[in-house]
Amino acid sequence: MEVIQGTWHWAISGFLIGLIMLVLTYFGKTFGMSSNLRNICSMTFAKKKIEYFDFDWKEQKWNISIALGAIVGGFIASYFLMDHTRVLQINPKTIASLQQLNIDVPNGKLGPDVLFSLENVFTLKGFFVLLFGGFLIGFGTPYAGGCTSGHAISGLSNLQIPSLIAVIGFFLGGLISAHFLIPLIFGS
Amino acid sequence: MKLVKFFIVGIVFGIVLTKAEAVSWYRIYEMFMFQSFHMYGIISTAIFVGVCGIIIIKKKEIQGFKGAEIKIQDKDFSYSRYIIGGTMFGLGWGLVGCCPGPIFILIGNGVLSILVVLIGALLGTYIYGILKNKLPH
Repeated sequence: MEVIQGTWHWAISGFLIGLIMLVLTYFGKTFGMSSNLRNICSMTFAKKKIEYFDFDWKEQKWNISIALGAIVGGFIASYFLMDHTRVLQINPKTIASLQQLNIDVPNGKLGPDVLFSLENVFTLKGFFVLLFGGFLIGFGTPYAGGCTSGHAISGLSNLQIPSLIAVIGFFLGGLISAHFLIPLIFGS
Repeated sequence: MKLVKFFIVGIVFGIVLTKAEAVSWYRIYEMFMFQSFHMYGIISTAIFVGVCGIIIIKKKEIQGFKGAEIKIQDKDFSYSRYIIGGTMFGLGWGLVGCCPGPIFILIGNGVLSILVVLIGALLGTYIYGILKNKLPH
């Protein structure tokens, strides 16, 4: 049990993620989680108003099933398979840079309270940082035609140059966020 | 019943990403600060397994599950949409530390504030749908 309760090794995790992508390919589907944002939109009034959402989302039931399963999987992992005292052993250097920015360190949590605590959600700044981050994810992924699963895993596995360009974009954006945006928002 | 197998794949996906800590804001921050190999290891191992698997599927002309047609499509070539869209997504990924899969997984983890990120993401996709034909692709 101890092996399961701690952080899973990157090689095992990566192997399983690759396998999930291949299993979906074998089922005749393409691994891509961001499509579900479009699917959810097309279940609403957006379907009649906007051409981009005017498709039969029922054809995408399989992908919505994965998203629902992912919620259940997250629950199982977090409540039954996790010893919160033995997770997120991050680099001491990262801890130091977090402390410099007044961002609380993991202590078994998946994300910092300054971003994800409920108290923070009910502040104007806290709410808009999360909403803005989500907005960028929601706008950027359909624009780029995929996210980490669709481009970085599926696309690169099929040696697609467009996916490589997209992944370079992902990292460009992520580096700007980590090195400039986060210090700007949280640094004093 | 056809959907059950996808639901199970989703459960495994949720468990693996949680246990790999790929759903953690801290792991994403650490990755973009170049202070850990963990996330790079996960992504490159997944790609390595994927590349090998796709080559085998293509070479051996493996048939899909119960006659399902295996679709391995090439993506349309362009620069603008991948760089602009990709960078926008990356900015969000680096800021709130999650990509679309983990948004769902974190709901299950009980991180309720992620619902604000989900609402933001749906809003973003909605606005993209409106502006799609006016954007360079």
